[in-house]
Amino acid sequence: MAKKRLIARIDVKNEYAIKGIQLEGLRKVGNPNDLSQRYYRNGIDEILFMDAVASLYGRSNLFEIIRLAAREVFVPITLGGGIRLVDDIEAALHSGADKVTLNTQAIRTPDFISEASKIFGSQCILGSIEAKRKGGSWEAYCDTGRNETGLDAIEWAKRLEGLGVGEIIVTSIDQEGTKKGFDIPLVKAICDAVSVPVIACGGAGTPAHILDLFQKTTVDAVAIASILHYNLFSIEALKSFLLLQNIQVRV
Amino acid sequence: MTTIAIIDYGIGNIQSIVNSLIAVGATPIVTRDSADILSAQGIILPGVGAFGEGMANLRKYQLIPIIFEAVRKEKSILGICLGMQLLFQESEEFGHHLGLGLIEGCVKKLPSQPGEKLPHVSWNQLYPPTSERWAHSIFQESVPGIDMYFVHSFAAYPHHKADILSETPYGDTFFCSSVQRGTILGCQFHPEKSGPAGLTVLRNFVQIVTLRN
Repeated sequence: MAKKRLIARIDVKNEYAIKGIQLEGLRKVGNPNDLSQRYYRNGIDEILFMDAVASLYGRSNLFEIIRLAAREVFVPITLGGGIRLVDDIEAALHSGADKVTLNTQAIRTPDFISEASKIFGSQCILGSIEAKRKGGSWEAYCDTGRNETGLDAIEWAKRLEGLGVGEIIVTSIDQEGTKKGFDIPLVKAICDAVSVPVIACGGAGTPAHILDLFQKTTVDAVAIASILHYNLFSIEALKSFLLLQNIQVRV
Repeated sequence: MTTIAIIDYGIGNIQSIVNSLIAVGATPIVTRDSADILSAQGIILPGVGAFGEGMANLRKYQLIPIIFEAVRKEKSILGICLGMQLLFQESEEFGHHLGLGLIEGCVKKLPSQPGEKLPHVSWNQLYPPTSERWAHSIFQESVPGIDMYFVHSFAAYPHHKADILSETPYGDTFFCSSVQRGTILGCQFHPEKSGPAGLTVLRNFVQIVTLRN
């Protein structure tokens, strides 16, 4: 059966890997290529590079980082942040990325998703949702969690699936960087709403958080950052723990 | 150095295949030129995306006769993902499309299965159909149950069981995750994205190609 995936999320600002709390208060944590290479050697299943400032400045500086990473990292590489045009996707793939993830541009022009998935195949186009709790529901945000969109995150997930995304990555802004566990009701609501694979992001601080998520939802993958950047647990330790609890992962 | 021609027909991310071939010591050339393809020692037919568009592009760049010529000369050819599916006779993806017909069988959507999602985006296991099937193959030292990375919604269903090189569990069923008929090989997974295990498969392919030349 399909294995649950562990994805290393590396947020990039200029040439540094950075990490914030609730997508703010960014701190440098290292060189993105050193980190991706280390995580690959230690058995990560995928790498997700997010350009933390691209959607603010309207550019992406990640292509060179991707080019270097693709020479030594032989697992899927996804790029997010600042993708606005078909040409941007082409440049990302040409650099060695396998998939791109879109948030802000998808919200501005939803038809861009259907256009992109027709050209590159839906396996290549991921919809990214940055969700923040609003009472009993969640609102989708854009521009790296800075701006409200008025969209209900769950409805937006369904819309993204209809537009042709191949996977959905959902980041809980409330939990992101807190190391206090995932927003499980949010992830569960998204998984129940769509049939494409879902990646959960935001809040992982311990192996138990990841286990809890896999046990309580049908999510396909987790994206983790703090655990790896701050050496809280090794990838091997995380996978051994999950295997012990009967969660199937690649060894 | 063993030269592997990666057929460039405007489909998919070829850079990862280039990088992985370099990593296993081969010399990749990305080309749609018939002389380049026919003079290379081995050939990779890559591809992601839709079947119909893949065949249309092979036709547009007049690559079909070149592939047939390479097969006639018994050059080792490895189709990856859509590249494997194109080796078959026909596909049901977005209508009905004819493929290269090098291996009998058709390409169909994966059946909907409890606990599995479509598209199938995941690491998943490979098993040999019989215990001897992997000897001297691209999986010669692989352990049954080894994980490779998949991203697809359609799978190939070969008519002849003998063409199946590996099977992969999907819900209550299995699908064909790689094929081999003589020098024609295909894998539904992405060896270039399957970590060290995937690189081993590519290294074996290059070694088989080298020994044949």
